[in-house]
Amino acid sequence: MKIINLDQISSKPLLPEVKAAMIDAINKDYHNPSSQHKSGEAAAEALEKARKSVAELINAAMPKEVVFNSGGTESVNHAIKGVAMANAEKGKHIVTSNIEHNAVIRSLKRLQSLGYKMTSVSVDEKGRVNPQEVADAITDETILVSIMHSNNETGTIQPIEEIAKITRERKVIFHTDAVDSVGMVPIDVQKMGVDLLSFAANTFYGPTGVGGLYIRRGTRIFPLLDGGVQEGNKRAGTENLLGIIGMGTAAAVTRQNLDKWAAHCLSLKNQLLRELPNYIDHYLINTHAEHSLPNMVSMSVQFIEGESVMLMLDDEDIAVSTRSACATGSLRASHVLISLGLSHADAQGTLVLSFGKDNTAEEITTFLVALKNVVTTLRDISPLYQKVSQG
Amino acid sequence: MYNKVVMDHFRNPRNVGVIEQANGIGEVGNPLCGDMMTIYLKITDEKIEDIKFQTFGCGSAIAVSSMLTEIAKGKTVAEAKKITNKDVAKALEGLPKNKLHCSNLGADALHLAIQDYEDRKSGKKRPEEVRAEKHEHVHGESCYCPYCDIEIKEGSTFCEACHSSLEEEH
Repeated sequence: MKIINLDQISSKPLLPEVKAAMIDAINKDYHNPSSQHKSGEAAAEALEKARKSVAELINAAMPKEVVFNSGGTESVNHAIKGVAMANAEKGKHIVTSNIEHNAVIRSLKRLQSLGYKMTSVSVDEKGRVNPQEVADAITDETILVSIMHSNNETGTIQPIEEIAKITRERKVIFHTDAVDSVGMVPIDVQKMGVDLLSFAANTFYGPTGVGGLYIRRGTRIFPLLDGGVQEGNKRAGTENLLGIIGMGTAAAVTRQNLDKWAAHCLSLKNQLLRELPNYIDHYLINTHAEHSLPNMVSMSVQFIEGESVMLMLDDEDIAVSTRSACATGSLRASHVLISLGLSHADAQGTLVLSFGKDNTAEEITTFLVALKNVVTTLRDISPLYQKVSQG
Repeated sequence: MYNKVVMDHFRNPRNVGVIEQANGIGEVGNPLCGDMMTIYLKITDEKIEDIKFQTFGCGSAIAVSSMLTEIAKGKTVAEAKKITNKDVAKALEGLPKNKLHCSNLGADALHLAIQDYEDRKSGKKRPEEVRAEKHEHVHGESCYCPYCDIEIKEGSTFCEACHSSLEEEH
């Protein structure tokens, strides 16, 4: 039975071209790209071809500004810890936002225990940062600003260009976690003005476990991984060539189709938002109406809890994601949703829906029908709905 | 994630609803941690003639409520007082370690409902609203780190094993 995947942000299917390229690479038995002999050269060529392809996807000025690694989390860790270490003489203050991914938050926490200081700016009720607040937070000790491009829980997109204008003026390095954006919306690092940008292949239909960090030439940053001189001495370790080849192919194909696929996802998103009130009531949409990823909707269904919804939809072969405390394994509601001003109760009932190019309008309708039944069933069990329906 | 017994009680929960003429009501939990449960009792001749529940919570919470009511129905008040959270978890043939805290609500709510029944019986002044107890871990029960699943001391704010903070972050 085919599963309707409305949790594409967690995993997207590989493009057929990606599969073909990776199988071909497996069969070619590539050697180590760092080896100086003939066998190494072929591998190095494949590596650089992928690099060029990824660089084009984000409009990097030079391919070598793209540093390959194991994915978004490593990119974020590298950006934050690498800049912190390299610029410690200049200062130890970092500015971030309340809604960052755990990779950012925990990397910063790690630095805090080493004496670094943070200022975290808040967001409005749709999760958007005010660039002026970032400007106000920057001091003479600030060495880094890290604000995500799009949020993985709400899909809301930040005013990155405005923030970059501020960081350039104040001569502070600007990193953005763009893991859910690259390949989903057009990303142009020249236009954006960022110094560092994290991305992961799976967002653009490449393999999981591989990604990269864009490092603008001239940025003061230490490597995260020390060892050999791979990746221009920026990231030690023999490269995951198979994954990178997959990523390079994914980047090339996605670049050709990005606008078309984004438009398709947007139509599904609009269909969902338009038809939702015909199926359920008492819900909140957390995603920004204008500035958000075309393929994401975060909705908080009131009076019920997210994991139960997810399990019941799973029974119907529909995959969704939830941000309830129980489901995410933490003991508390999502920090992102609370920063938006949601009550804890409402935050617990949050579903995150994310689409890809292969989802269809029929699937959205199937989901809505199933959701209606699930919500009705769970509200019948819920004391909170009981209280509300009694008035 | 969950075994067959748990999934059965989740998909087909027993004894859902309210009892209009309940003579014992207990409400525990709070939306802060994502679980809330209300137990309604109809006690006749010191026996639980009828029991119903309502729950706001995850798969574990709903399964626990359902199993609890199944265990408690028909028992005498004295017997029901002895039912523990461990009994419920055992009847469900186990819950994932980091979900055991969800199971804490079950017996707590039952005991609160029994307390309510006894308060009413003895003519003790009942507050206007149903008494809602802040959700707390049962004394002496093990807690597990939600990140690395290792056993930790109840009420810990830091996990030594994986160096995770268990406090509020913002």
